[in-house]
Amino acid sequence: MYFDSLHALLTMDGHGAYVWTAYGVTILVIVAALCAPLRRRRRFLLQLGAELKRAQGVAVGSTREER
Amino acid sequence: MAAAMWSFFYKLGSPPWLYAISGVILRWLLPGTLLALAVGMVWGLLFTSPDFRQGNSYRIIYIHVPAAVVALAGYYVMALAGAISLVWRMKMADVAMKAAAPIGAAFTFIALFTGAVWGKPTWGTWWVWDARITSMLILLFLYLGVVVLYEAFDNKEAAGKACAVLSLVGMVNIPIVYKSVDWWYSLHQPASIKFTGESTIDSSMLYPLLLMIASFYTLFFCCLLLNIRAELLKREARTQWVKKLARVVGGH
Amino acid sequence: MSVPGSWQFCVRLLRRQLLLAVRRPIDIGNPLLFFTMVVVLFPLGLGPAPEQLTGFAPGALWIIALLSNLLTSDSVFRSDFDDGSLEQLLLAPQPLYLSVLAYIGAHWLTTGLLLAVLSPLFALMLNLPVYALSTLVFSLLLGTAVLSLLGGIGAALTVGLKRGGMLISLLLLPLYMPVLIFGSAAVQASVSGIPTGPYLAILGAMLCLAIALAPLAVAAGLRISIDA
Repeated sequence: MYFDSLHALLTMDGHGAYVWTAYGVTILVIVAALCAPLRRRRRFLLQLGAELKRAQGVAVGSTREER
Repeated sequence: MAAAMWSFFYKLGSPPWLYAISGVILRWLLPGTLLALAVGMVWGLLFTSPDFRQGNSYRIIYIHVPAAVVALAGYYVMALAGAISLVWRMKMADVAMKAAAPIGAAFTFIALFTGAVWGKPTWGTWWVWDARITSMLILLFLYLGVVVLYEAFDNKEAAGKACAVLSLVGMVNIPIVYKSVDWWYSLHQPASIKFTGESTIDSSMLYPLLLMIASFYTLFFCCLLLNIRAELLKREARTQWVKKLARVVGGH
Repeated sequence: MSVPGSWQFCVRLLRRQLLLAVRRPIDIGNPLLFFTMVVVLFPLGLGPAPEQLTGFAPGALWIIALLSNLLTSDSVFRSDFDDGSLEQLLLAPQPLYLSVLAYIGAHWLTTGLLLAVLSPLFALMLNLPVYALSTLVFSLLLGTAVLSLLGGIGAALTVGLKRGGMLISLLLLPLYMPVLIFGSAAVQASVSGIPTGPYLAILGAMLCLAIALAPLAVAAGLRISIDA
């Protein structure tokens, strides 16, 4: 390991702010790029599932009324 | 052999098959990519010695260069998918193209941001109109143009075709833009400072860079598959296989 | 009545477009008026010092030409799209490639060509040296032709959309940038006394590429917009 201490790692001889900002933003964007489609998929499936359940419930309810 | 290839392409055009196989691929590719990214970043941040001239800020190379490479390659992936959807009318290629645009824009943004942040300690200013950054910026505009054009159409089939044409026009333009900006920069800045002494990069610095480039490629592919899956569900909402999935996931 | 040949049809279309344009002189005058007013913006914004204006003049003139071209690009196909004649054009037996060239040619003749011819006036207002004027005119002649061809692509893709406006600018500006780089560089070189042949040659090469490929994209865009 090049750096002797955690402090040295964080400051990197004055360049620490730049390096960590760059890496931080990159990681944020990567996480967002991976999570957004996963969330979209989950939300869509939950929504569709709820819709189908409602439609099924209405159908069952109406047939029950007919009897 | 030919029959196997033909059946592969035929299956590729089927949404449920594509959804299933992308799920299988992601199950091992996504963890692998995250692991490779972590290893690459730690290696570059902690286990390489700093550059002679630039000091520790050169470590940004391990995210800037992979992001830039994948951003450029991603545009070609998008344009190719667009071409396939136009020529062979393959709907799945249209889905892939639509999915690729925002991902490419995100990677271009990473390349721009890291490039600018890298420029500050190296050259003293937050933004430098050098050839690489300017080309990256124009690439971002090209990506965003595709995204904006897709949203502007109400008829999504026409939207896909229009974006395919736009991506192809952009694809022809990219080499022209890169060469023009490169030349423009050399005209206005004769004593040009090369961003990295690429030809003189030490092998100890090269290996983590190659690892990061490879993992960014697989990361792009993972994001692409994830977006394709989400888009597929939305487009095929009326079909049985999607309804079955929804009942399994959302019904209980 | 015999079906006109492709070239005949193309020339007729060109004449028709020019006739339509001439009947509405406002549409030709507006971009030139815009150009004039934006030329005034530069000394107002940057200060009237002559040396400073000379420094900015090549780039400024080219940027203004680019922007006026951007403004007029939207209307290349719009009126014919609205009244249905574009749809008829797509059904015609003549190749769309040439018909599209007629539209764009008419557009260039009524915008870019005029701009190039009148540019010396504005160049003198911005204190561009007299010996650089011929380069300015040539670079604008070649460059605005490329811009018209690229503008046709943007117009074709967005002609069917209600909210055109800003969208076409967003699509076209990245494509315009290389033309701007070499156009203004040519004028700048002329001001500095460097030979301008290479820059004009590159603009010429861009024009050849654009004439060859842009109509394909325009034709595809028109089909997509009409089918939508």
